[in-house]
Amino acid sequence: MSGSLDSYLILSGILFAIGAFGFLARRNAISMLMSIELMLNAVNLTIVAFGAFVEPLSGHASVIALLVVAVAAAEATVGLAIVLAIYRNRRTPLVDEYHEMQQ
Amino acid sequence: MPIGDTIPLTPVRWEDVLFLALATLLIVSALLVVSLRDIIHCGLAMIVSFAALAGIYVLLGNPLLAATQVLVYIGAISILILFAIMLTQTKNAPARLVFQTQARLAAPAAAAIAVVITGVVLTTTWPAGGERLWTSTTQISTLLFTDYVLPFETVSVLLTAAVVGAVVLARRDPRESALAELPPGPAQDETPAGGEPGGEPGGEPGGERGRS
Repeated sequence: MSGSLDSYLILSGILFAIGAFGFLARRNAISMLMSIELMLNAVNLTIVAFGAFVEPLSGHASVIALLVVAVAAAEATVGLAIVLAIYRNRRTPLVDEYHEMQQ
Repeated sequence: MPIGDTIPLTPVRWEDVLFLALATLLIVSALLVVSLRDIIHCGLAMIVSFAALAGIYVLLGNPLLAATQVLVYIGAISILILFAIMLTQTKNAPARLVFQTQARLAAPAAAAIAVVITGVVLTTTWPAGGERLWTSTTQISTLLFTDYVLPFETVSVLLTAAVVGAVVLARRDPRESALAELPPGPAQDETPAGGEPGGEPGGEPGGERGRS
Protein backbone atom coordinates (compact mmCIF):
# COMPACT_ATOMS: atom_id res chain seq x y z
CA MET A 1 0.00 0.00 0.00
CA SER A 2 2.75 2.45 0.88
CA GLY A 3 4.59 1.37 -2.27
CA SER A 4 2.04 2.56 -4.80
CA LEU A 5 1.45 6.01 -6.16
CA ASP A 6 -2.32 5.63 -6.03
CA SER A 7 -2.60 5.60 -2.26
CA TYR A 8 -0.67 8.83 -1.91
CA LEU A 9 -2.72 10.53 -4.62
CA ILE A 10 -5.98 9.44 -3.01
CA LEU A 11 -4.78 10.64 0.38
CA SER A 12 -3.88 13.97 -1.17
CA GLY A 13 -7.27 14.22 -2.88
CA ILE A 14 -9.09 13.60 0.38
CA LEU A 15 -6.94 16.20 2.13
CA PHE A 16 -7.65 18.71 -0.63
CA ALA A 17 -11.39 18.06 -0.36
CA ILE A 18 -11.29 18.61 3.40
CA GLY A 19 -9.46 21.88 2.87
CA ALA A 20 -11.94 22.99 0.21
CA PHE A 21 -14.83 22.22 2.53
CA GLY A 22 -13.22 24.20 5.34
CA PHE A 23 -12.58 27.16 3.07
CA LEU A 24 -16.17 27.23 1.84
CA ALA A 25 -17.89 26.47 5.12
CA ARG A 26 -16.06 28.16 7.97
CA ARG A 27 -17.09 31.60 9.16
CA ASN A 28 -13.79 32.61 10.73
CA ALA A 29 -11.30 34.20 8.34
CA ILE A 30 -8.36 32.54 10.10
CA SER A 31 -10.03 29.14 9.76
CA MET A 32 -10.32 29.82 6.06
CA LEU A 33 -6.59 30.57 5.90
CA MET A 34 -5.88 27.33 7.74
CA SER A 35 -7.99 25.49 5.17
CA ILE A 36 -5.95 27.09 2.40
CA GLU A 37 -2.83 25.75 4.10
CA LEU A 38 -4.39 22.28 4.11
CA MET A 39 -5.09 22.52 0.40
CA LEU A 40 -1.53 23.68 -0.32
CA ASN A 41 -0.25 20.76 1.72
CA ALA A 42 -2.36 18.40 -0.38
CA VAL A 43 -0.93 19.87 -3.58
CA ASN A 44 2.58 19.51 -2.20
CA LEU A 45 1.92 15.89 -1.28
CA THR A 46 0.84 15.23 -4.87
CA ILE A 47 3.99 16.83 -6.27
CA VAL A 48 6.27 14.92 -3.91
CA ALA A 49 4.47 11.64 -4.58
CA PHE A 50 4.97 12.03 -8.32
CA GLY A 51 8.59 12.91 -7.74
CA ALA A 52 9.09 9.81 -5.63
CA PHE A 53 7.56 7.39 -8.11
CA VAL A 54 8.34 8.81 -11.55
CA GLU A 55 12.02 8.61 -12.38
CA PRO A 56 12.47 11.73 -14.60
CA LEU A 57 10.73 13.95 -12.06
CA SER A 58 12.82 12.85 -9.14
CA GLY A 59 14.70 15.99 -8.15
CA HIS A 60 12.53 18.54 -9.93
CA ALA A 61 9.45 17.69 -7.89
CA SER A 62 11.27 18.36 -4.65
CA VAL A 63 12.49 21.74 -5.88
CA ILE A 64 8.99 22.71 -6.97
CA ALA A 65 7.61 21.57 -3.63
CA LEU A 66 10.16 23.72 -1.82
CA LEU A 67 9.12 26.72 -3.91
CA VAL A 68 5.47 25.99 -3.09
CA VAL A 69 6.33 25.96 0.62
CA ALA A 70 8.00 29.39 0.30
CA VAL A 71 5.03 30.82 -1.60
CA ALA A 72 2.69 29.36 1.01
CA ALA A 73 4.62 31.12 3.74
CA ALA A 74 4.35 34.43 1.86
CA GLU A 75 0.64 33.86 1.33
CA ALA A 76 0.06 33.13 5.01
CA THR A 77 1.95 36.27 6.03
CA VAL A 78 0.01 38.61 3.76
CA GLY A 79 -3.32 36.85 4.40
CA LEU A 80 -3.01 37.11 8.16
CA ALA A 81 -1.94 40.76 7.89
CA ILE A 82 -5.07 41.47 5.85
CA VAL A 83 -7.21 39.65 8.42
CA LEU A 84 -5.65 41.71 11.21
CA ALA A 85 -6.18 44.96 9.29
CA ILE A 86 -9.84 44.14 8.71
CA TYR A 87 -10.23 43.02 12.32
CA ARG A 88 -9.03 46.40 13.54
CA ASN A 89 -11.77 48.11 11.57
CA ARG A 90 -14.61 45.66 12.00
CA ARG A 91 -13.83 44.13 15.41
CA THR A 92 -14.75 40.67 14.17
CA PRO A 93 -12.90 37.88 12.38
CA LEU A 94 -16.13 36.43 10.94
CA VAL A 95 -16.27 36.83 7.19
CA ASP A 96 -20.06 36.89 6.87
CA GLU A 97 -20.09 40.15 8.80
CA TYR A 98 -17.83 41.83 6.28
CA HIS A 99 -20.65 42.63 3.89
CA GLU A 100 -20.13 46.38 4.34
CA MET A 101 -17.26 46.10 1.89
CA GLN A 102 -19.68 45.21 -0.89
CA GLN A 103 -20.80 48.81 -1.35
CA MET B 1 19.76 -6.64 15.51
CA PRO B 2 18.16 -5.25 12.36
CA ILE B 3 14.43 -5.00 12.08
CA GLY B 4 12.97 -6.93 9.19
CA ASP B 5 10.80 -5.51 6.47
CA THR B 6 7.67 -7.09 7.84
CA ILE B 7 6.11 -7.35 11.24
CA PRO B 8 7.32 -10.65 12.73
CA LEU B 9 5.04 -13.65 12.12
CA THR B 10 2.84 -11.64 9.73
CA PRO B 11 3.21 -10.64 6.08
CA VAL B 12 2.29 -7.04 6.91
CA ARG B 13 5.05 -4.63 6.02
CA TRP B 14 6.17 -1.96 8.47
CA GLU B 15 5.90 0.74 5.82
CA ASP B 16 2.26 -0.04 5.21
CA VAL B 17 1.52 0.18 8.92
CA LEU B 18 3.35 3.49 9.13
CA PHE B 19 1.59 4.83 6.06
CA LEU B 20 -1.83 3.84 7.37
CA ALA B 21 -1.14 5.35 10.78
CA LEU B 22 0.18 8.62 9.34
CA ALA B 23 -2.61 8.87 6.77
CA THR B 24 -5.26 8.27 9.43
CA LEU B 25 -3.65 10.87 11.68
CA LEU B 26 -3.51 13.32 8.76
CA ILE B 27 -7.14 12.86 7.73
CA VAL B 28 -8.50 12.93 11.29
CA SER B 29 -6.55 16.03 12.26
CA ALA B 30 -7.52 17.77 9.02
CA LEU B 31 -11.16 16.99 9.75
CA LEU B 32 -10.70 18.42 13.24
CA VAL B 33 -9.19 21.59 11.73
CA VAL B 34 -12.31 22.26 9.69
CA SER B 35 -14.86 21.14 12.28
CA LEU B 36 -13.77 22.13 15.78
CA ARG B 37 -15.61 24.97 17.44
CA ASP B 38 -12.74 26.55 19.33
CA ILE B 39 -10.32 28.04 16.83
CA ILE B 40 -7.31 27.56 19.12
CA HIS B 41 -8.01 23.82 19.00
CA CYS B 42 -8.22 24.09 15.21
CA GLY B 43 -4.74 25.60 15.18
CA LEU B 44 -3.34 22.82 17.36
CA ALA B 45 -4.96 20.15 15.17
CA MET B 46 -3.40 21.87 12.19
CA ILE B 47 0.05 21.44 13.74
CA VAL B 48 -0.67 17.72 14.16
CA SER B 49 -1.68 17.45 10.50
CA PHE B 50 1.53 19.23 9.42
CA ALA B 51 3.58 16.80 11.49
CA ALA B 52 1.79 13.79 10.00
CA LEU B 53 2.48 15.13 6.53
CA ALA B 54 6.17 15.50 7.40
CA GLY B 55 6.15 11.81 8.34
CA ILE B 56 4.60 10.95 4.99
CA TYR B 57 7.35 12.91 3.24
CA VAL B 58 9.88 10.74 5.07
CA LEU B 59 8.02 7.64 3.89
CA LEU B 60 8.25 9.00 0.36
CA GLY B 61 12.03 9.16 0.69
CA ASN B 62 12.34 12.93 0.86
CA PRO B 63 13.98 13.88 4.17
CA LEU B 64 14.88 17.45 3.13
CA LEU B 65 11.28 18.30 2.39
CA ALA B 66 10.20 16.71 5.67
CA ALA B 67 12.65 18.91 7.53
CA THR B 68 11.41 21.95 5.61
CA GLN B 69 7.85 21.01 6.47
CA VAL B 70 8.72 20.91 10.16
CA LEU B 71 10.71 24.15 10.05
CA VAL B 72 8.44 26.26 7.88
CA TYR B 73 4.97 24.92 8.58
CA ILE B 74 5.21 23.83 12.21
CA GLY B 75 7.84 26.38 13.17
CA ALA B 76 6.71 29.47 11.29
CA ILE B 77 3.24 29.31 9.76
CA SER B 78 1.60 27.63 12.76
CA ILE B 79 3.06 30.18 15.14
CA LEU B 80 1.94 32.99 12.84
CA ILE B 81 -1.58 31.60 12.72
CA LEU B 82 -1.68 31.07 16.49
CA PHE B 83 -0.58 34.69 17.01
CA ALA B 84 -3.29 35.89 14.64
CA ILE B 85 -5.85 33.79 16.50
CA MET B 86 -4.82 35.33 19.81
CA LEU B 87 -4.96 38.84 18.34
CA THR B 88 -8.45 38.36 16.93
CA GLN B 89 -10.10 36.58 19.85
CA THR B 90 -13.24 38.40 20.87
CA LYS B 91 -14.38 37.81 24.41
CA ASN B 92 -17.78 39.45 24.23
CA ALA B 93 -18.88 37.89 20.97
CA PRO B 94 -18.05 34.19 20.85
CA ALA B 95 -18.66 32.50 17.56
CA ARG B 96 -22.00 30.87 18.06
CA LEU B 97 -22.07 29.32 14.64
CA VAL B 98 -18.97 27.61 13.32
CA PHE B 99 -20.21 27.18 9.78
CA GLN B 100 -21.81 29.53 7.31
CA THR B 101 -25.17 28.76 5.82
CA GLN B 102 -23.49 27.52 2.66
CA ALA B 103 -21.85 24.67 4.59
CA ARG B 104 -24.60 22.25 3.61
CA LEU B 105 -23.80 22.94 -0.01
CA ALA B 106 -20.05 22.87 0.59
CA ALA B 107 -20.07 19.41 2.18
CA PRO B 108 -21.47 17.53 -0.85
CA ALA B 109 -19.27 19.62 -3.14
CA ALA B 110 -16.14 18.66 -1.20
CA ALA B 111 -17.25 15.03 -1.10
CA ALA B 112 -17.71 15.20 -4.87
CA ILE B 113 -14.16 16.53 -5.25
CA ALA B 114 -12.81 13.63 -3.20
CA VAL B 115 -14.84 11.05 -5.13
CA VAL B 116 -13.84 12.48 -8.52
CA ILE B 117 -10.15 12.59 -7.60
CA THR B 118 -10.25 9.05 -6.25
CA GLY B 119 -12.00 7.80 -9.36
CA VAL B 120 -9.55 9.50 -11.67
CA VAL B 121 -6.58 8.17 -9.72
CA LEU B 122 -7.89 4.62 -9.72
CA THR B 123 -8.82 4.53 -13.41
CA THR B 124 -5.64 6.14 -14.73
CA THR B 125 -2.52 4.16 -15.44
CA TRP B 126 0.31 6.33 -14.20
CA PRO B 127 3.75 6.06 -15.78
CA ALA B 128 5.13 5.24 -12.37
CA GLY B 129 7.57 2.64 -11.27
CA GLY B 130 6.65 0.27 -8.52
CA GLU B 131 9.20 1.47 -6.02
CA ARG B 132 9.97 4.76 -4.40
CA LEU B 133 13.10 6.66 -5.32
CA TRP B 134 15.16 8.23 -2.58
CA THR B 135 15.62 11.92 -3.31
CA SER B 136 18.98 13.00 -2.01
CA THR B 137 19.67 16.47 -0.73
CA THR B 138 22.62 16.75 -3.11
CA GLN B 139 20.32 16.16 -6.05
CA ILE B 140 17.87 18.80 -4.86
CA SER B 141 20.51 21.43 -4.15
CA THR B 142 22.25 20.86 -7.47
CA LEU B 143 18.99 21.38 -9.32
CA LEU B 144 17.99 24.33 -7.16
CA PHE B 145 21.18 26.24 -7.91
CA THR B 146 21.49 25.34 -11.59
CA ASP B 147 18.18 24.82 -13.40
CA TYR B 148 15.99 26.60 -10.88
CA VAL B 149 18.10 29.63 -10.00
CA LEU B 150 15.63 32.09 -11.48
CA PRO B 151 12.57 30.75 -9.57
CA PHE B 152 14.72 30.59 -6.44
CA GLU B 153 15.69 34.25 -6.68
CA THR B 154 12.13 35.22 -7.61
CA VAL B 155 10.86 33.48 -4.49
CA SER B 156 13.34 35.38 -2.35
CA VAL B 157 12.11 38.66 -3.83
CA LEU B 158 8.53 37.49 -3.26
CA LEU B 159 9.24 36.71 0.39
CA THR B 160 10.79 40.14 0.92
CA ALA B 161 7.81 41.80 -0.73
CA ALA B 162 5.43 39.73 1.37
CA VAL B 163 7.14 40.70 4.62
CA VAL B 164 7.17 44.40 3.71
CA GLY B 165 3.56 44.22 2.57
CA ALA B 166 2.48 42.46 5.74
CA VAL B 167 4.15 45.12 7.89
CA VAL B 168 2.47 47.88 5.91
CA LEU B 169 -0.92 46.18 6.10
CA ALA B 170 -0.83 45.25 9.77
CA ARG B 171 0.83 48.42 11.07
CA ARG B 172 -1.32 50.60 13.22
CA ASP B 173 -1.42 54.09 11.85
CA PRO B 174 -0.25 56.46 14.63
CA ARG B 175 -2.91 59.00 13.70
CA GLU B 176 -5.50 56.27 13.96
CA SER B 177 -4.56 55.14 17.46
CA ALA B 178 -6.63 57.97 18.93
CA LEU B 179 -9.63 56.70 16.99
CA ALA B 180 -9.04 53.19 18.27
CA GLU B 181 -10.04 54.31 21.76
CA LEU B 182 -13.58 54.92 20.54
CA PRO B 183 -16.05 52.10 21.06
CA PRO B 184 -16.67 50.15 17.89
CA GLY B 185 -19.98 50.84 16.37
CA PRO B 186 -21.84 51.56 13.18
CA ALA B 187 -20.64 55.15 13.32
CA GLN B 188 -17.20 54.00 12.20
CA ASP B 189 -18.64 52.04 9.35
CA GLU B 190 -19.69 55.09 7.39
CA THR B 191 -16.60 55.64 5.38
CA PRO B 192 -15.88 59.23 4.33
CA ALA B 193 -15.16 60.06 0.76
CA GLY B 194 -11.51 59.09 1.20
CA GLY B 195 -12.33 55.41 1.57
CA GLU B 196 -11.78 53.27 -1.49
CA PRO B 197 -14.98 51.49 -2.47
CA GLY B 198 -13.10 48.80 -4.37
CA GLY B 199 -12.59 45.44 -2.78
CA GLU B 200 -8.93 45.02 -3.65
CA PRO B 201 -6.59 44.42 -0.70
CA GLY B 202 -4.19 47.07 -1.87
CA GLY B 203 -6.81 49.70 -1.19
CA GLU B 204 -6.92 48.90 2.53
CA PRO B 205 -4.17 51.11 3.95
CA GLY B 206 -5.22 53.99 1.74
CA GLY B 207 -8.75 53.67 3.05
CA GLU B 208 -7.50 53.69 6.63
CA ARG B 209 -5.52 56.84 6.12
CA GLY B 210 -8.37 58.56 4.38
CA ARG B 211 -10.58 57.93 7.37
CA SER B 212 -8.34 59.41 10.04
